[in-house]
Amino acid sequence: MAFRNYILVCGGTACESSKAGAIYDALVAECRAQGVSQDVQVVKTGCFGFCEQGPIVKVLPEDSFYVQVKPEDAKEIVSEHIVKGREVRRLLYDKDSSKKHAKVEDIKFYQKQFRIVLRNCGFIDPENIDEYIAREGYVALEKTLFDMTPDDVINELKIAGLRGRGGAGFPTWMKWNFTKQVEADEKYIVCNADEGDPGAYMDRSTLEGDPHSVLEAMTIAGHTVGARQGFIYIRAEYPLAIHRLEVAMKQSREYGLLGKNILGSGFDFDIEIRLGAGAFVCGEETALLASIEGRRGMPVPRPPFPAVRGLWGKPTVINNVETWANIPVIILKGGPWFERIGTPDSHGTKVFALTGKIRNSGLVEVPMGTTLREIIYDVGGGIAHDKEFKAVQTGGPSGGVITKDYLDTPIDFGSLTKLGSMMGSGGMIVMDEDDCIVDVAKFYLNFTVDESCGKCAPCRIGGRSLANILDKITKGNGTLEDLDKMEEIGGAMKKASLCALGQTAPNPILSTVYYFKDEYLAHIVEKRCPAGKCKSLITYSINTEKCIGCTACARKCPVQAITGERRAPHTIDPALCIKCGICLETCKFGAVEVR
Amino acid sequence: MSELKEDIVFSDGLNAFIEEWKKKPGNLIMILHKIQEEFGYVPRAAAEVVAKRVGTPLATIYGVLSFYHFFKLTKPGKHNIQVCMGTACYLKNSEMLIEEIGHLLGLPLNEITEDGKFSLEAVRCVGCCGLAPVMTIGGEVFGKVTKDQIPGIIAKFS
Repeated sequence: MAFRNYILVCGGTACESSKAGAIYDALVAECRAQGVSQDVQVVKTGCFGFCEQGPIVKVLPEDSFYVQVKPEDAKEIVSEHIVKGREVRRLLYDKDSSKKHAKVEDIKFYQKQFRIVLRNCGFIDPENIDEYIAREGYVALEKTLFDMTPDDVINELKIAGLRGRGGAGFPTWMKWNFTKQVEADEKYIVCNADEGDPGAYMDRSTLEGDPHSVLEAMTIAGHTVGARQGFIYIRAEYPLAIHRLEVAMKQSREYGLLGKNILGSGFDFDIEIRLGAGAFVCGEETALLASIEGRRGMPVPRPPFPAVRGLWGKPTVINNVETWANIPVIILKGGPWFERIGTPDSHGTKVFALTGKIRNSGLVEVPMGTTLREIIYDVGGGIAHDKEFKAVQTGGPSGGVITKDYLDTPIDFGSLTKLGSMMGSGGMIVMDEDDCIVDVAKFYLNFTVDESCGKCAPCRIGGRSLANILDKITKGNGTLEDLDKMEEIGGAMKKASLCALGQTAPNPILSTVYYFKDEYLAHIVEKRCPAGKCKSLITYSINTEKCIGCTACARKCPVQAITGERRAPHTIDPALCIKCGICLETCKFGAVEVR
Repeated sequence: MSELKEDIVFSDGLNAFIEEWKKKPGNLIMILHKIQEEFGYVPRAAAEVVAKRVGTPLATIYGVLSFYHFFKLTKPGKHNIQVCMGTACYLKNSEMLIEEIGHLLGLPLNEITEDGKFSLEAVRCVGCCGLAPVMTIGGEVFGKVTKDQIPGIIAKFS
């Protein structure tokens, strides 16, 4: 059945949190009330990616892009746009556009993006398998079952040059090939959806917006390597993604795309969901397998690699969500098509969660080789509130910072590693002049210390020592020897830790010491925090020339540290001040200063 | 079965879940999740029941419970307040939310108010980085929270 209009409502977690569910209900109710429900289909889709402007509603075929929609707006969208055919201009992202319709392609946020992984996110209803099938869903599975041999599939991945998107960048075809070559009575396929990196939500959005792409890819892998059972290991903190996966699995079983005798081929494959329980280390593959087995998620030394001896000792292919989502497209369009996208080092695209002090936070997918400047300034719209760019952090707690001088670096696995950071899973956090680099390093170190499983000494003891030193520096008690000591400890952790968590934990420190040595020296030698963030190193004072004596700050100060006559300049008693910053927020005349 | 503690009652749904999963390898974490879903935390008595029914030593169960952040061993408040401390929220000063809520309710981090109404915890990324700083109360998400909004948000639940 064809409809005259389609109204797509973003149903990603961020938009859901800002009442996308209520907007959907209101739109359905309004269509009914205004007698157009026969002509219009309202669809709740996955994430559009433009989270900064959410909740987002898109109306097809006009491609009108409505932002920051409220449930109350439903009535007008239906009565104006659907019934009268006039766009609701005040809700358009590009309100001043001279064109008749402000199309999605005109929005700068989307112009440099190229969507493979997120191809269906924001286009289809993730809870309706027919919509996935209508966009060539499960055609790749059919092709691998009937027209290709397992070796053909592996060869296609080899030509494509797909590398693991979880962070390590290991060639996917090699993993599959190892598992395929091992003789075993049982083999397993695992999807790593334990996205623990703070500030990253690529995998969640993919699963919420297009769960079938992962199911299809895992089934293809099962057929290729000879496995009959798959597991999706997903964070319990992602209830919406879990729900959509469950719905998707139920539908594909009903359609004969999962379970016994898939598409009449005689091949059996099924998938089960296993929940994580909030342990960052379980993103490491051997720890993840221990967790699926119901144990404490502690890593074991490799080799043997899971591809040879994994879950319950059986050969296991583990790939990350984003890697899986690439596979059906590669099978359909062919390895050479994929190989042409990106750089010689890394093919295809990469999804990033662009967050922090950026104007357009959101989920972006760009071809490998796009520069950081293009992502931050063209897609992201630059730094919020016109502040000065300071650094961008990639790779989360395992990565490092990249400074202004390197913004024109084309992104791929190799180039980021060369800069002392890493691709990681795709967190990209932008920092501005107000962020203290030492404080950020401390934030990451405290995170990895907290998440260290405690099994090996370099990570357990080294991480704690590094965190202690950073704490000392931010309190103004650091010495110059501390810088050398941190490098020494960090070096030892890199060499001797058992898994990637400990090996990469020093990266946030080593890279910030390298690029921002001046800022460390300011903390250590001058006992000063240039960004004004480290509480022990700053003092609040009132500029007597700007203060008009309105008494607003004195009234708000929780410890009565501010005194002064009405209409006369006030002063802050540094002995009483607890540096809460309320006076700074309160003063309308910019008289409160931080040094 | 007579040795089982009588002071904890599992719903039929939970009992059926345990029976179903008992046979599967690697069931422990899934069963503990289901228990936390029912009680809001994992009471010791419930862990003891699981130990007997599944045949896993209590020490192993506590080994798992204490390893994973998600599992709670004490009862949370009626409204559990979670403040996101993911990187994006941290940069946008989510610490301020913890301070302000603590100040307002006299509630230190990881504690529960005397009347049992509120508890406060700092959590890892909630995954709404575009809305930073973010806090959630009983599953409802509040984004781009400012200091001034906090009393109003809390009042909704008091």
